[in-house]
Order: sequence, then C-alpha cells, then structure tokens
Amino acid sequence: MIAVDLPYWAQSLLRVLGGTVAVLLPAGTIVYLFLFKMMSFMQSRLGPMEAGPYGSMQLFAEVGKWLQKEDIQPENADKSVFKMAPLVVLLSTFLLVAAVPFGPDAYFTDFEAGVFYALAVSSISVLGILMAGWSSANKYSLLGGLRAAGQLIAYELPMVLAVVGVVIQAGTMNFQGIVLQQNTGSIFGWDGIGNPYILTQFVGFFVFMIAVQAELTQTPFDMPIAESELVSGYMTEYSGFRFLMFFIAEFATAGVFSLIASVLFLGGWGIPFSWFGWTTADSVDNWMNVVGPLIMITKMMALAFIIMWVRFSYPRFREDQLQRFAWKVLIPVSLVNIMFTAILKVAF
Amino acid sequence: MSDVTDLIDRQKLSYIAAQAADARLNVELETEGMTLNIGPQHPATHGTLRIIARLDGEQVIWADPSAGYMHRGYEKLTEVRTYPQVNTLINRIDWLGSFANEVPFILAAEQLMDIEAPARAQWIRAIFFELSRIANVSLFLGDLGVQLGAITPVFMAFRDREYVLNLIESATGGRFHPNFDRIGGLKDDLPKGWIDETKQVMKKLRNFCDEIETLLFGNEIFQSRTRGIGVIPANVAQSYGLSGANLRASGVDWDLRRDQKIALPYDKVDFKVWTHPDGDAFARCWVRLQETREATLIVDQLLDGIPSGPVMAKVPRIIKVPEGEAYVSTENPLGEMGYYVVSQGDLGPFRVRIRTASFNNISIVPWVLRGVFVPDIITILASLYFILGDIDK
Amino acid sequence: MPSKPQVPGLVKGLGVTFNTMMQTIKPKKFGGGAATVQYPREKEAPTARARGVIALREDNCTSCMLCARSCPDWCIYIEGHKELAPPRRAGGAPRKVNKLDRFDIDYALCMYCGICVEVCPFDALFWSPEYEYSEPRIADLLHDKEKLGEWMETVPEQPELEAGAEKKKK
Repeated sequence: MIAVDLPYWAQSLLRVLGGTVAVLLPAGTIVYLFLFKMMSFMQSRLGPMEAGPYGSMQLFAEVGKWLQKEDIQPENADKSVFKMAPLVVLLSTFLLVAAVPFGPDAYFTDFEAGVFYALAVSSISVLGILMAGWSSANKYSLLGGLRAAGQLIAYELPMVLAVVGVVIQAGTMNFQGIVLQQNTGSIFGWDGIGNPYILTQFVGFFVFMIAVQAELTQTPFDMPIAESELVSGYMTEYSGFRFLMFFIAEFATAGVFSLIASVLFLGGWGIPFSWFGWTTADSVDNWMNVVGPLIMITKMMALAFIIMWVRFSYPRFREDQLQRFAWKVLIPVSLVNIMFTAILKVAF
Repeated sequence: MSDVTDLIDRQKLSYIAAQAADARLNVELETEGMTLNIGPQHPATHGTLRIIARLDGEQVIWADPSAGYMHRGYEKLTEVRTYPQVNTLINRIDWLGSFANEVPFILAAEQLMDIEAPARAQWIRAIFFELSRIANVSLFLGDLGVQLGAITPVFMAFRDREYVLNLIESATGGRFHPNFDRIGGLKDDLPKGWIDETKQVMKKLRNFCDEIETLLFGNEIFQSRTRGIGVIPANVAQSYGLSGANLRASGVDWDLRRDQKIALPYDKVDFKVWTHPDGDAFARCWVRLQETREATLIVDQLLDGIPSGPVMAKVPRIIKVPEGEAYVSTENPLGEMGYYVVSQGDLGPFRVRIRTASFNNISIVPWVLRGVFVPDIITILASLYFILGDIDK
Repeated sequence: MPSKPQVPGLVKGLGVTFNTMMQTIKPKKFGGGAATVQYPREKEAPTARARGVIALREDNCTSCMLCARSCPDWCIYIEGHKELAPPRRAGGAPRKVNKLDRFDIDYALCMYCGICVEVCPFDALFWSPEYEYSEPRIADLLHDKEKLGEWMETVPEQPELEAGAEKKKK
C-alpha cells in the first residue's frame, strides 16, 4: 500500500478497520446531515438540537438507546432465521464496499470484474429482507417481505443494464480502470474536466439512480416498509440492537451505492489528471491516497443528497405501479441506452 | 345512468369473481385467504377504527369496519348535564374543528327557546364556523400526504394551522376547544386587532393551499395513486348517506350552507360550491382543497361586513329551555352534523341524538373496498376522511 | 396550438421542499428561521385570554356554590362557614360574613371549559394564561386556596374589544 511493507496480518487488520470506517462513516454522516437535519429543514423545523452542539451527538445517543433495549422476539417467530436476517442485510453492505476504490493505491481489493461482483453481491440483501418478513410471524411483515421480494428483484435489472452502458464506454469492468478512464479521458479532444460518464451516460445515470432508490426501499419505492400501512413492513417485529442493524444497513447501503455511482459516473476519487500532468495510475502522487477518500465523500454526499431529497418530497407508488414502471419503462430505456452507447463507441 | 349500472354490475361481478378466486385457492393450494386486522391501533385509521379485511394475496375480498373502540357515551352524558355543560362536552366530538360542533346544538336550543341571537353574534359565529372548517381540512391535506407516503406536507399543514389556532385562542381562550357559543349569542366579543390579524392569516392559508397543490396534487405519483381509485357513483353515495365533500366529489351539488335557511348569514356572502364529476379519491381530496380556499374567501367577506352591536341577547341567568323537540343540521367540516334535542323544560336536555357525518361516511367502507389492493384501502380511507370521535361519539 | 412545455409536477414538488429548506436555513434577520421555538429555552407567550389556570380572589367569594354546581366534572370542592363580624356602624346588627375554609380545584379533572369563571356572580374567579404547573404526582394537581390565590398575580389585563363591539356597561 505505502512504502512500508506490512506483513499480511497487518494489512488484513487495516483492511478490516478501513472497511468498518468506510461503512459506518457514510451511514453516520448521512443519518445526521440528511435524515436529522435536512429533513427537518425541509419541514420548517430545526431537528435535534439538544445532544451536542446543534444535535451532532444525537446519533450516538440513539445508538446508545437502541443498544440498551430488551431483545424481544415474537413467540411464534422462527428464532434462528429471525436473528440472522439483519446480519445478512448488513453483510451485503460490507461485501459491497470491499470493491470500491478510494485512491490510486487505497483500495481493499482490485477485482478485474469489480462491477460484476458489486452487482451480484448487492442482491444478498434481498435474501435478508425476505428472511425478516417470513420469520416474523406477523401478517404485516409477511406482506412487506413479499412486496420487497418482488420489488428488489425487479429493480436489479435496470441497475445492471444502466451500468452496462458505462462498462461499454470504459471498456473494462474494473472499478479502478473506470476511474482512470474518466479522469484521463477527454471530450472531443478537450481534457479540461476529463470525461465523467455522467455527461455521456446521463440516461444510464438517471436509470441507475432510480434503481438505487428502489433497491434501498426509499420513497417513492418504499412499499415494503410503507409506514402508514404496514407499520414498518418487514422490520415491524425488530427492536433494539437488531433494528439498529437494519437502520445502519439502510443508510450504509445508501452511502455505498452513492460511492459506487460516483465511481461509475462522476469520476470516483479522481480529479482530472490533466490538471496535475499525471498520465497513468502509477504516476499519480501519493498524497492522492489521502485526498482521494475526501473527494469520494464529497461526491457521495452530493448523490445521497439527491436520494434523500426525493425521499422526503414524494408519495409512494403502489407495488403494481412500481413493477410496471420497472419492467415497461426502465428496462426498455436502459436497453436503448446500451444500443446507442455501443453504436457510438464503435463509431468514434 | 347506464354507465352507473355498468359500474355496479362490474363491482358485483368483481365481488363474485373474488369469492370464486378465494374458493379456487382453497381447492388448489389448500390455503385460505388471509384475514388481516387493520387496527384498532394503526397509523392509517385516524384513531381506533378496526377494519377486518379478508385478503387474497394483496386484493381485498371483503372488508368490514368495526367501530366503537372510542365510544365515550356522549348521548347518555347529555341526559345528565345542563345546557352549558353539554356545550362543553360536544366540543370534543370532532376535535379538529371544534367550534363547528357547538353550532347546530346551540341553534336547536335557540329554536326551542324562541330566541334570536343578535346579528353581530351570528356573523362572528359564521366566521368561527369557517375557521374551524379551515383548521380541520388543512390537517386533512397534510394527513393525506402521510397516508400516501409523502412525509413533508403534514408539517406544513401543522405549521400553517397554528396560525388559525392562535387566532381562535386569542378570541376564545382555547385553541382546540373554544367553548365559545352560548344560547343567545357568544361568550365574549373579539379582542382589538383581531380582524386585521385574521386577514393576514387568511393570506397565509391561501399560500399554504397553493403549496400543497404544487407539492402533493401536482405530483404525478399522487395522481396515479388516487385517480380512478374508490369510485363512488352519485346514487350510491346518496343511498349510503354520505355527506359533505364526499357527496360533492361524486357530482351531487348539495351544500347545506346554501340550500338551507339558517340563522348564520351565508346568504349575505358569495361563495362557490365545488363539485367534481369523477367520484374517485382524487376528486374527494381536490374538492376539500378547493373548499379550504373558498373558506378563506368567505372569512374575508364576513370580516368586511360584521355589523356592530351586542353579542349576547337578553337571556335569563338560569337557562331553562321550554318543552319541545328541534333538529338542526349544518354543513360541518366533515359533512352534515345534526342535533335532535328533546327538552322537557329542565335545566338540561332530556335526550340529544347526535347525527355525525363520519358515522355515515364509513358505512360505505364494505361497498367501496371490495376488490381493491391493500395500499388502495389506505388511499380510500384517507380520502373519505373521518375522525374517530365523530364516528364513535 | 402546442401548449407551453410544462415543468413536470415532480420537479415542482422538489422545488417546494428545497425552498422550505432554504427558508429555514436563512438567518432570522433576513426573515428566515424555523417555524418552531426551542422550548424550554425560548417560550411563546400565550394570548391574554388563554385558559391556562384558574385564580381565586378569596375576598369576593361568598361560598354560593354556583361554580361547584355548574362544573361538568365536579372538580371544585368548597367548604365554608359563617361568622359574625362587627357591624359597620355603631348600634347596628352584627353582620354575617362568609369565611372560606376550603376551596380546591382538582386540575386532574378540570376540563378548562370556563363555566365556573363565567357563572360566578361575585367576580371571584379569573382565568390566567399560566400553563407550566405540571407535577410528578397526580395528587399535587389539587390546588388549594393558597395556591389559587397565588395565581391571581398572573392574571393579565383584559384586552380592549374590537371596533363595533358594544361598550361594557359598568
């Protein structure tokens, strides 16, 4: 990683710590900035102000509150499945963040098929949600779990197809390669801002953000939770520490998907290489390993802002409407996007 | 007319088809439909309403409302209270637009006593009546968003409703339960500066209506959730006894403020009665939005024309209402509310029968919820708009 | 004729929430700020007529029991006795004066309807907008004569009436 040659166990330890930070830090920042503060401002109120200056310690207070609650399990629930479900959902988040690069040398692993791996692993959370819905011995949770199964599987496809356009344009499935392609690329010969794929793949970006909103079960696609009907859907019977895991998983996944979107469409950890005269991955300076994560966090915040902004402003779709939207609108649009990308890639 | 019969036939057919599907399921998979209890504790039922629904997957086969979890025994309570005490109690029937509950009762008692309140009192009564309508229906507009998943409009509703509640408090002393109407007039006159303040507040509420229209009604997702859902044709609505905005949204042009000769000065102001031909959930919500705006315009006109004079007629200190029976019903925020007062010359009424709007409004729930999806149950209940205190008294 | 291209309602809805957010973030001196107050650090003052708590002027009370009888919840408890006071002028008969022993209002039952204040013929009861008297024990919500007398200090001046009102005959 750096000039120091660390033994394998030390590298693994750093990776584990780094992974935990990479999951919890976006979750915490998104929860405080957007869920507590931005939602409050949009509703003409100030949000939590008591715990810490301007309520910054509220998240720690909430975590502490959930940790000390009683572990309630419904009597008829399938105990082992009930206990495993939040772990499975959180597991997929950690697996997902392992593929995201944060700097020229600051990555957990460098997969050749990074995109393929990320999209495959993100489906594990569907299993977790289904497990939670079925094992809760509650009709409302069952309804929520079944809705989630249909919705999340339906929206996997637009997500994959939207990313295919980026892969065609970049020519590689490696996340690091995609970042380098965007930052060393040029638009019709002008390399002032590199070639962020949001400009050429705006359709793909749009479809990807909608699919991400659905994968996170955020309004307008929050039928599985549907607070006014199902009282938290598949999460109804969870309280205390288990609910905390669902909560962290929801916002951590939002953060990680925003990180992936910023890698795919906004140029990832990089700023256009032409500003500094770099040409390849090795020629990038070492301080980029520290600045890169900061740039990633900024871009992630921007995308998470959009996700949360839409979440607080719209009512929710009915599940047959959202299925119709996915199958009849998003998939054809993303297929057409792939067709155009392929044609233009060959032409130019 | 034939398309209404078509609609009813289609409803019947879908009901039969749903029953057949249920039976088929039972045979094929040896499973039954699922019986789901919506309520009595549920975020969507505006209180403790219980709806027992039998579902086939996500579709409703039949649904039955089971009210009574909030029954407080008002009609029995009124038998052992005096008239001022009854006035205090009935504030709490429809607790969002409280002043509106007192009006028909006081008018019935005044009819029995053959007393007319002075003109100034009637005008101020009408102003408070419309203010309670605004307070009630502006909450509905926010609550509608929450039922459908939009969590922001409800905060705007509460924020702008505060202005109306502060107005009511500065004149009567109570935000939610004003207890302001008296037999023969009102308790007090308005404090200084109230008229100008009210005009400012009405402007703010019109801004609020515009904001809600942009944020909620203009939203394509909202429209796809509410258009064509829960269609109630006009004759079905009338036969089930719906009233208020529910009736007007099915195309029936019926408003007791205009159609009934009543002591309140509604014949002196110009107002439009909003109807909508569709009869679906969107129509009901839309009609209520327009009614809120119309109410602010009515208040403006009433404020300009308040006559001066006393607010209380000559009434004996101890009120004994002579024998007789009277029924007065008015166009309350939730619908038509009426009081049938039977008096035997005592300090208190002998029997009061309270005809509340929401009780009749939810009688249509079994009819309208057949064959709809579970999310549509919530939409339809939200658009019918009932208050549990009004149903259960 | 093609209609003007409409901004889709979805985008306009986003605009409304964004504007509300900007309005809340704007500092107070530019007219912004939240619609809420940070209670208990800042408190909103209730109006003069607000029904917060009932205050008792003991000198005026004659134990006529009208308030206790007209309360819908029967939450007023009155006990009194008659005493003989010296006559006003020399050579007259001793006057019967009322002495209040007990005047309790149970705020756990009180509905804040105001019938007692209105019905009192001697102007002994007044409304005060004080509302911060919650207690950890329900029994402490029974305010006795002394406490009700203390509330008299918080009774505000009644506001003037609006134009067009009948002048009060005093």
